[in-house]
Amino acid sequence: MTTDLIARLVPRRSWWPATRAGRVGLVLLVATAGAALVGPFFAGSPDRSVAPPFSPPDGDAPLGTDFLGRDVLARLLTGGESVLLYAGLATLVAYAVGITVGLAAGYLRSWPDPLLMRSVDVLLSFPSLVFILLFATAFGRGIGAVVMATAVIQLPAIARIIRTATLTQSARGYVEAAVLRGESSSSVLRREILPNITRTLSADVGLRFTWSVLLIASVNFLGLGLQPPNADWGLMVSENRAGMSVALNPWAVLAPALMLGLLTVAINLLGDAMSGDKK
Amino acid sequence: MSTPQAGSEESSARAGLEDTGTPRATVLDVVGLRVELDSGTPVVEGVSLRLDRGEILGLVGESGCGKTTTALALLGFARPGTRIAGGEVFVAGEDILRLDESDRRRLRGKKVSYVPQDAGQALNPALRIGGSITDVMRRPHEASGNGVGALLTAVDLPGTAEFAARLPHRLSGGQQQRVTIAMALACEPPVVVMDEPTTGLDVITQAGVLDEVRRLRDELGTSLVYVSHDLAVVSRLADRIAVMYAGRIVEEGPTATLLARPEHPYTKGLVQSIPDHTRPSRLTAMPGTALGVEDRPQGCAFAPRCPQRSDACTERMPELSGTGHRVRCVHADRTPPIVPGPPRTARATVERGLLLTVSDLHASHRTGRDAVIAAAGVSFDLGSGECLALVGQSGSGKTTIARCLVGLHRRDGGTVALGGEPLADRVRRRTTDQRRRIQYVFQNPYESLNPRQTVGEQLARPARKLRGLSAAAARAEVGPLLEQVRLPAGIADRYPRRLSGGERQRVAIARALAAGPDVLVCDEITSALDVSVQAAILELLADLRGELGLAMLLITHDLGVVAVAADRVAVLEQGTIRESGAVEDVLHAPEHPYTARLVAAAPTIGRTDGPLAVPDTGKSQT
Amino acid sequence: MSGHVAPRPGHRVSVGVHPVLRYAVRRVLAGAGTLLVLSVLVFLATSVLPGDAASAVLGRNATGPALRELRQEMGLDQPIWVQYRDWLTGLLQGDLGRSVSSYLTGSDVSVWSQVGGKLSNSLTLAALAFAVIVPVSLAGGVLVALRAGRWQDHVISTVTLVPSALPEFVLGTVLLAVFFTWLDVLPPVSLIAPGTSPLEAPDLLVLPLLTLVGVTVGAAIRMIRAGMLDALAADYVTVARLNGIAEPRVVRRYALRNALAPSIQVFALIAQYLVGGLLIVEYMFAYPGIGNELVQAVTIHDNTEVRSVTMLLAAIYVALMILADVIVLLVVPKLAEVGGSA
Repeated sequence: MTTDLIARLVPRRSWWPATRAGRVGLVLLVATAGAALVGPFFAGSPDRSVAPPFSPPDGDAPLGTDFLGRDVLARLLTGGESVLLYAGLATLVAYAVGITVGLAAGYLRSWPDPLLMRSVDVLLSFPSLVFILLFATAFGRGIGAVVMATAVIQLPAIARIIRTATLTQSARGYVEAAVLRGESSSSVLRREILPNITRTLSADVGLRFTWSVLLIASVNFLGLGLQPPNADWGLMVSENRAGMSVALNPWAVLAPALMLGLLTVAINLLGDAMSGDKK
Repeated sequence: MSTPQAGSEESSARAGLEDTGTPRATVLDVVGLRVELDSGTPVVEGVSLRLDRGEILGLVGESGCGKTTTALALLGFARPGTRIAGGEVFVAGEDILRLDESDRRRLRGKKVSYVPQDAGQALNPALRIGGSITDVMRRPHEASGNGVGALLTAVDLPGTAEFAARLPHRLSGGQQQRVTIAMALACEPPVVVMDEPTTGLDVITQAGVLDEVRRLRDELGTSLVYVSHDLAVVSRLADRIAVMYAGRIVEEGPTATLLARPEHPYTKGLVQSIPDHTRPSRLTAMPGTALGVEDRPQGCAFAPRCPQRSDACTERMPELSGTGHRVRCVHADRTPPIVPGPPRTARATVERGLLLTVSDLHASHRTGRDAVIAAAGVSFDLGSGECLALVGQSGSGKTTIARCLVGLHRRDGGTVALGGEPLADRVRRRTTDQRRRIQYVFQNPYESLNPRQTVGEQLARPARKLRGLSAAAARAEVGPLLEQVRLPAGIADRYPRRLSGGERQRVAIARALAAGPDVLVCDEITSALDVSVQAAILELLADLRGELGLAMLLITHDLGVVAVAADRVAVLEQGTIRESGAVEDVLHAPEHPYTARLVAAAPTIGRTDGPLAVPDTGKSQT
Repeated sequence: MSGHVAPRPGHRVSVGVHPVLRYAVRRVLAGAGTLLVLSVLVFLATSVLPGDAASAVLGRNATGPALRELRQEMGLDQPIWVQYRDWLTGLLQGDLGRSVSSYLTGSDVSVWSQVGGKLSNSLTLAALAFAVIVPVSLAGGVLVALRAGRWQDHVISTVTLVPSALPEFVLGTVLLAVFFTWLDVLPPVSLIAPGTSPLEAPDLLVLPLLTLVGVTVGAAIRMIRAGMLDALAADYVTVARLNGIAEPRVVRRYALRNALAPSIQVFALIAQYLVGGLLIVEYMFAYPGIGNELVQAVTIHDNTEVRSVTMLLAAIYVALMILADVIVLLVVPKLAEVGGSA
């Protein structure tokens, strides 16, 4: 009966974060993602040389130039879109497949179940980044392989969470009542189970998305994802490292690094607040 | 907070009282206790209690009434999110609320100790039980010393070093509870607070623990505050009973008088709600349910459910008045004496046509590599319009058998037939009509309704699916269905989240009725509900049987429920039916020794003498 | 299902071997099975690339006979399952194969000779990081849990949250900007001459170490805090307090003891994380370790090395996982008696 009381006392969650940290995260996210998505429309050409390599900031190039003399600000404004879009795509694919597999494994309990559990074991037995490198080795270098690999490596964790939630739901009275009145499997999944696991699902979307951003940016940084001359924050950090010296232009490295940092911190803060991890 | 002077002045006065050596020495005195949420909302208010040496005080109330909060406050403890905001709690002459934390700790265990509800959770899984006990004795270097052995022996456990070296998970539920009692007694405190120590235990195990508690009081002269939701259990044990409702004591008095002639309408309602297997009669249910901490009304909190309320009741909270037998009701003089419900006679079993036949059913559970037998050759039948109770303790296999009948659990062997037609193993293989004719009501009302669908949607679906009604016709059924289970039609648009446990269970019953069934399988449908709500549900079932001629298979662990609801009973132990027959015959003249122990162990109001547990001739359970 | 239910009827099977040993053997066998499956995948992944290792060595313009000769030398003319079998048997005997680049130079350079020293460099770095992370996060996590909701909690939680949310290379860049660009006290790269120990040049280790610790310690503190809070909220802690047991003893014997198992799992996760985190950090600081080596091997398409190094990392990874689970079993007496079936 205590559960009943709690259910009545806890207000329904909305999109507006309940904690201050969460609100800070939301503002930061809107700022960085906004800059990344809208930036390309305002930026000058990211590919044109405007000054000697590693020129320090001046009026024409407020953040100086990079190792090929290209405008860092222009590249910064163009280089965020790729991270967001590819990470978003990878997360989306991971969820689409993960939910399907998880529901099938948890509800039908037949062949998808052992298959899922074994593949989780295998995928958990080496670091995500190594997996992506292996994927890139198999399917050729390029962002496509990286996005696929990022989706695949996240898939089992999502599937497993869905599987567990589905198993819990399957033992609930309303699901068994539906089975007892002869509802089809798809109807049981759609009407009784899926609506009741959305909360479990949404709890860690933020976490998964950060993880995608982190992995894709890291692979780009290693030079094994998006290739030059693309403008990309991760790639920018990597290719301008020689300019870190104070005599040159550290902003060519620091600016994209800080933007990525703001982005990941923002999603983390927001995800934390949304998953209801009250302190 | 810490003004020990004021406390010690009082305490010397109380100590003087104790020194006179009268048998009525007060060991615990609570005055005006108030515990509130951090928000300032009171959880417990104006609680005053007194406990004499060697006395057992029963503190009774339904869920959310504040009895556990009160129990913890007796040790100067408040759960996170709450705080003790006022009052005095004198333990052995010292006001524990005026002491600082370290002084309170000094008293805990030594002057007043605590036995928690769920012993399985209350024992440190990393400590051997001997270690847990010596920790309380504050003598940590004596892990298997004599003290531990003697204490274990005192609570009827083996006092051996081997037993003391066991980890809690190797003990049964009853043994774990005895260990927590031994811990509470480790420093021989004058006062022990027991918070629902037998809830969650089997009736037979419970009976053993209750006997133990009483014996300890008799032998050691310990004073006890025994907190429970179960008035029947408390009536077997307590010298005096205090009944709590919505954070206050509403009535307090000697057990015999309080139960024989309750003066508060709530106490009376409670007594009349308890099914008694020795005197089966129709129950008189109280309307409504208790309200949450935040929703308590102005004035008398019971007024909204009270048959004798007047305008005066809603104006202000009545005082707890009287001496010896105190009651908090302005109209206490109007409370009528308890009228036993009309005696209930089980129906004749002659004219019934055979509806459901189960023969030689075998079923088991597989958990990892272990197989647990749930049914080993179970046979019974159910006539149309008849109610058969399948009674057994947890693990007896009763739920699995019920799940086999409806096709949720795969049977290993045997047949189930409905109206002569054999039923397929799995529900998917059965015809729509077969599915329609047997309906199942689940145990836990908090998990049996879909939180994302309105009540109306959930009631219309089975009517469409199983009776082939159109969407409109099925929607039109919702109103009458709700009426059938005595719920207002307005509930149809609500989501389950906004319903109480009792309301949810009514909706679940309505969902089963929507199919137009011949048989209703009810799996412990009242075990998660308060006793006053249970009474209302049991009465509803009785009415429905009369109105619709439903046959019913009632799965329960409670002999009281069997007595008031069933015609015939089958007693299940370890997957085997030990005894079956008409309810009166089995309950009054049990033939199988297991049934006899079960009947003797089941607590009832009124019988206050003699041990509960009948010695077990077979293997030891506790 | 809670544990207070009376023992169920029915029969239980039990075997007369020590439960922890039985569990360990079972886990090792399962781990070996997983690695075997993995080896097939890894082998296929490093074999399906259009063109093969031989053309990777000789370049696109390689002529027929030379290519054929090299393919023969590398064993690429064999059926694929024979290649797999040879590779696997070699692996099991500690032979990681010959690196592709060695065929190019004609010298017989084994992967192991290229990798061995780097592995020990990596282990040094990882061990140092682990040695910092464990005490810091354990102390931090327990302190924060005991002060939950107070200022110490907020300060530590906030301060550690930011670095732990960052990708390694972002934190590394920020540290570089501070300690190299701005203060100029630490070198931007951590090149270590082959054959020398990284411990001989401690200043080279500072930035990689700080980066690894920075991205990990926040998450570790939070996980340990959560485990400790769970233990502190348990009934047996409340009951211990109600029995008048002194608070330090309650914390030590009741809460900490039961928070130990989840903490060990946290450290296993950290150790596993370090295996992957090394990739980025070593590459970033040009630290000659196994992670950097793998990145280079992928970059130059040295598939033999990629597959062998991958298997090596996976084996370490799986071993860490098993080790942690067995330690948990040994530490938690209840599990030790049951043998991990919980």
